[in-house]
Amino acid sequence: MHSFMRDLTFLSKLKVELSLLLYGLLLSSMGEEEGLHQTQFLDTMFVRGLKRKCFDGEEDIEGTLAGIKAIPSYNLQRQSLLDMSLVKLQLCHMLVEPNLCRSVLIANTVRQIQEEMTQDGTWQMINTQSTGQASLDRLVSTDILCRSSRDQAEGKHVPAYGTFNKDFESDQAQDSSETMSTASSVQAPRNLQSNVWEMENPQENKGNFQKSLDQIFETLENKSPNSVEDLFSEVDNSYYDLDTMLTGMMSNTKMGHCDNLETFSTPTNTASNSNCKSDLNDLDHIVEILVES
Amino acid sequence: MLRAAGPWRGCPGRAGVAGGDGGGNNEVQWCFLQVKGAIDEDVAEADIISTVEFNYTGDLLATGDKGGRVVIFQREQETKSRPVSRGEYNVYSTFQSHEPEFDYLKSLEIEEKINKIRWLPQQNAAHFLLSTNDKTIKLWKISERDKRAEGYNLKDEDGRLREPFRVTELRVPTLKPMDLMVEASPRRTFANAHTYHINSISVNSDYATYLSADDLRINLWHLEVTNRSFNIVDIKPANMEELTEVITAAEFHPHQCNVFVYSSSKGTIRLCDMRSSALSLCDQHSKFFEEPEDPSSRSFFSEIISSISDVKFSHSGRYMMTRDYLSVKVWDLNMENRPVETYQVHEYLRSKLCSLYENDCIFDKFECCWNGSDSTIMTGSYNNFFRTFERNTHRDTTLEASRESSKPRAILKPRKVCTTGKRKKDEITVDSLDFNKKILHTAWHPTDNIIAVAATNNLYLFQEKVN
Repeated sequence: MHSFMRDLTFLSKLKVELSLLLYGLLLSSMGEEEGLHQTQFLDTMFVRGLKRKCFDGEEDIEGTLAGIKAIPSYNLQRQSLLDMSLVKLQLCHMLVEPNLCRSVLIANTVRQIQEEMTQDGTWQMINTQSTGQASLDRLVSTDILCRSSRDQAEGKHVPAYGTFNKDFESDQAQDSSETMSTASSVQAPRNLQSNVWEMENPQENKGNFQKSLDQIFETLENKSPNSVEDLFSEVDNSYYDLDTMLTGMMSNTKMGHCDNLETFSTPTNTASNSNCKSDLNDLDHIVEILVES
Repeated sequence: MLRAAGPWRGCPGRAGVAGGDGGGNNEVQWCFLQVKGAIDEDVAEADIISTVEFNYTGDLLATGDKGGRVVIFQREQETKSRPVSRGEYNVYSTFQSHEPEFDYLKSLEIEEKINKIRWLPQQNAAHFLLSTNDKTIKLWKISERDKRAEGYNLKDEDGRLREPFRVTELRVPTLKPMDLMVEASPRRTFANAHTYHINSISVNSDYATYLSADDLRINLWHLEVTNRSFNIVDIKPANMEELTEVITAAEFHPHQCNVFVYSSSKGTIRLCDMRSSALSLCDQHSKFFEEPEDPSSRSFFSEIISSISDVKFSHSGRYMMTRDYLSVKVWDLNMENRPVETYQVHEYLRSKLCSLYENDCIFDKFECCWNGSDSTIMTGSYNNFFRTFERNTHRDTTLEASRESSKPRAILKPRKVCTTGKRKKDEITVDSLDFNKKILHTAWHPTDNIIAVAATNNLYLFQEKVN
């Protein structure tokens, strides 16, 4: 059991590293000038409180930003924040025991962004760009959140517990009758991400990324995987797909985080969120393996 | 400012005026007292301190860590022969409170990290405390043994049973002194009542019950009963897809045993009176505290930074304090629509929220605490900084817990973070702050000016400078 747990933790860490790496590369690829960090832009943007009240089209906002050179448009900023949030939620799924408070806060942020994008009409724009996707005008519900929470809430309480708590029994009934959410509601975030990819990368990379996300979400839909190994074996394939992408990206882009982020270096031994905080040594090691293969 | 002293607060006779002289406005100067913990740069994750709590008299200080251990320090009694060691805390007891567990049904690991420790008031020679991890609360008894019985009739000194035919006479066992031994034993285990992660426990002023709160529910326990708890708050929606708010902290009122508060991730506090509805409190609350949002500072991060990470009643019971990401707020229990005082802890981080969101620091849960007289509040920040705010004078100080300023009785120099372009000498810029060094847990002695500050794996103790 012990070595199994070790493998489990290692694989969890592996996925966390790769997701973070992927996200970092995503950000770097969007940078328009050397040495300028994406989130630094975002910070500037948010400080100026550029939350649009009326939607006269993108040109207006970009016009006002013209004076601020090299800062991506508000839409791009917002998109980036949305992507970051979705990656974080994805990580939540991979964590052994997701922190519910954090998940809820991130999901609320995602919802906020998507509400704004809907009002914006940006959502519709993305909708028309992609083809053959299911109902996108529906906002992403907290399905993502729900999945991890539902897994937690599966009424599998230890039978010996004889609490006075009446609603425990009703909980069990409720949880088992909750319908499994479909994959369609998570089409939306994938499309947003694919939009970003389209700008910079060839179609096939987009396909790979989507495919890996598909696999991840579908895997997690399995209510109770027969064994945890099944869960991981499916996800493993997705990383081989990411591999080609990453190798391609590696050559032209700056790895991971820029100077500004060094200050806010990923905490290695902090009291937040348990097992999956990255060990940077592991990250280097894993990246080496990926690049070489 | 004297606080109403109850029978359980401090010793009778110590009026507990904390801070300077009685009426004077002298600023409290802090000096280094002690630091506990390893010095290595390489911090073992299990050694990271996750909770700090003084007991009711302040003579004992308990810490819990990520490895599930509890270490209790005891204050040395002042003696004429050793005035130098006045007020020093030394290790009294160490024990493993929680072990890592594996939930086979959900295929999830349950961390052994101690989330909270709460002391019970002392009622006999032994000390009792509650310690909790994500799922299980335990009541521990810490007792001293300094005598042992000798001269048993039926067993010899090794404990082996004596042959009956060797017992030729009866004798009365006598008590002989021995080296002091401090034993910790688990007396109760309160398990299987929480589906979600426990974030708070709070002992009621009746000393018979306590509450435990997780992300969605709050349960009421009787200290003597482990197989049953009463669910008093449940905010789990019927459809989990609708979940947008979680419980972040809860505490019983220090004097009114029917009143408790709980805070949420949306920056709201609900005060509940258990007398109003015995069976289902659910959404019912007597009072609802929320500060209206300032529309001009709204951003995508507004909700996250409004999430309350800690709520603490004042000793007087008239006020409560909440900590959110950037500020500490003091609320008058009689005024629900806004706090009476707001203190900015590290406003310079407001422009860095996106980066802090990216590296997850925005989700750090800082605690806060009152001093014994409720005149000063304290909370932690990054770079091993912590802040004190004097409510009467509106004076605030930033101090640092570091090895560099750790010489005995060395006075702590106030620190300053440079927010403008020009950095003065000794100031530190926002960009050079170390976000891995965060002070999440702090505690203030119930009557004296002694503070305990947990900096990752080190526990710093500071004392008021005495002339």
